[in-house]
Amino acid sequence: MTNDAFIHIEGLTKSFGDVHALRGVDLQVEEGTVLGLLGPNGAGKTTTVRVLATLLPPDDGRATVAGFDVVKDAKRLRRIIGLAGQSAAVDPNLTGLENLVMVGRLYHLPKAEARKRAEDVLERFDMTYAANRTAKTYSGGMRRRLDLGASLVGHAKVLFLDEPTTGLDPRSRAGMWELIHQLVSDGTTLLLTTQYLDEADELSDKIAVIDGGKVIAEGTADTLKDRVGGTVLDIKVDQAHYDEAVTALAGLVAGAETLNPSHSEITLPVGSEGPTVMAEAVRRLDGAGVTITDLAYRKPTLDDVFLTLTGHAAEEEQGEDAEPEGKGRKRGGRRRRKEKV
Amino acid sequence: MSTTTTAKTSATTGRRGNALGDALVITWRNLMQFVRVPPLLVFSVIQPIMFVLLFVVVFGGVMKAMVGGSYVNFLMPGILVQTTVFGSTQTGVGLAEDLSKGFIDRFRSLPMARSAVLAGRTTSDMVRNLVVIFLMVVVGMLVGFRPDGTVPGYVLALIIGLAFGHAFSWISATIGLSVKDVESVQAASFTWVFPLTFLSSAFVPVESLPTWLQPIVEHNPVTVTVDAIRSLVVPGLTVPDMGISGGVDWSAVWGSILWIAALLAIFIPFAIRLYRRLT
Repeated sequence: MTNDAFIHIEGLTKSFGDVHALRGVDLQVEEGTVLGLLGPNGAGKTTTVRVLATLLPPDDGRATVAGFDVVKDAKRLRRIIGLAGQSAAVDPNLTGLENLVMVGRLYHLPKAEARKRAEDVLERFDMTYAANRTAKTYSGGMRRRLDLGASLVGHAKVLFLDEPTTGLDPRSRAGMWELIHQLVSDGTTLLLTTQYLDEADELSDKIAVIDGGKVIAEGTADTLKDRVGGTVLDIKVDQAHYDEAVTALAGLVAGAETLNPSHSEITLPVGSEGPTVMAEAVRRLDGAGVTITDLAYRKPTLDDVFLTLTGHAAEEEQGEDAEPEGKGRKRGGRRRRKEKV
Repeated sequence: MSTTTTAKTSATTGRRGNALGDALVITWRNLMQFVRVPPLLVFSVIQPIMFVLLFVVVFGGVMKAMVGGSYVNFLMPGILVQTTVFGSTQTGVGLAEDLSKGFIDRFRSLPMARSAVLAGRTTSDMVRNLVVIFLMVVVGMLVGFRPDGTVPGYVLALIIGLAFGHAFSWISATIGLSVKDVESVQAASFTWVFPLTFLSSAFVPVESLPTWLQPIVEHNPVTVTVDAIRSLVVPGLTVPDMGISGGVDWSAVWGSILWIAALLAIFIPFAIRLYRRLT
């Protein structure tokens, strides 16, 4: 009954027809920390968020947020959560201020307080100058910020941000990151989903990698990178000789090498054996007549982690993960929502 | 247990959840679109007004022989009901739009009443219907519409007309929440609204229709409601050959009220249930 974790998810499953969106998700998020739920489209990120935000009852398993069960205590839980979904749910015909006041009123704040909170949020987000403009005049980045702001007017203790920066230009994205950092420093507990590895790395205290409706790895960015084995060796060859190169390098390092989907790069986790492996790799490739175009040691990125963990690259598709895609990732989504703000 | 208490006490304080208050916030939000985008209102008024003018001009001559006197007196109550029913289809379209844009997700994650989004939407559509009715009556009077009833009769007719449209809004909400896709909801609306309003006494007397069709048309709630409103608004209209004997048709009035009550009793819980169970 009692769990120390602020967000506690246990054995969560959810299917849509024969699509198994969640297949036993377990997660813990401590109060005041940020969990980044990282995964490709259709991995189950959105479904998880929707269950936590009381929008979707799970088939099995349970989830509690701040001690409230997402199904049984949904009504009370809604008072302390804020949700910013994938599409900015901002009314284009209302001004920025009106949008926020409306949400504040629906959190049951008294009129004056709702207005004050709305003004505070706008000020904090540097949007006071646009407060009285209708949201349809806003840029995509501003709408996202306003949407994030809407999730804050009700003094939410927990925020769920579903792909907060998908579709934003780099500058707006950096702006969102900054805002999210601020929220965290206020002690808000945050669960955000992302398909961008750098974003998870930048924003989260802990990362959970989700794929095919299951959490396949969990930890800090550093511990996840360690799973790849300290250092990695990148070998770039020209595409024509890619297959020969792979054959030549087979068995060189214990544990499978990871292959770049662009068919020109091979990444080997080398640990402390760097120089030896490198020399051997060069010898073998030379023997096979393969031209090396680049060769480099580097610290692993989360991309490498993803490749190592799942055997496929993280960013196969662009766009958002509509739930019913489930594990049908490789075939492309069965149903794609078209709009992207 | 202790986590529960702390979370609860530090949660949003303020006025208690209030379904009516929530519905009013949503009503306000929906009506603001007419304030911010005036053409929306203009066009939702122009179409019914065109209908009035076209029917009066095109069918006026032929119908005069059938209903005697002026066709516009016969037509106006019918076209008003038809317009409110057509207008109510916007409820489902609006909800489908809110669904596709993520508004419903946000609303459902808020501590607001589960009925509020639907009640707010049907209420704002009723307000729009009220404005449309008012303007149609004005235009109708310009082309010869002459109500000859009593003030209480007009008030009752207006209430019945708005309530009827409101009931259909809930049907439309049910369709909107089931079909979900905006274009499909739009298309779906026409398939039931057109036969429903044209196979009624809105434009022609029931007696003028093929005999086999008459029983169906007579029991159409649109017929019942049009008859009720027509008898309240133009009680002086008599067409003995067509079974219109003048005076207030109380059985139609009660019949209409019963229809409205029954539709609301079925579709309000149905729509709210669908809303709760959205995924």
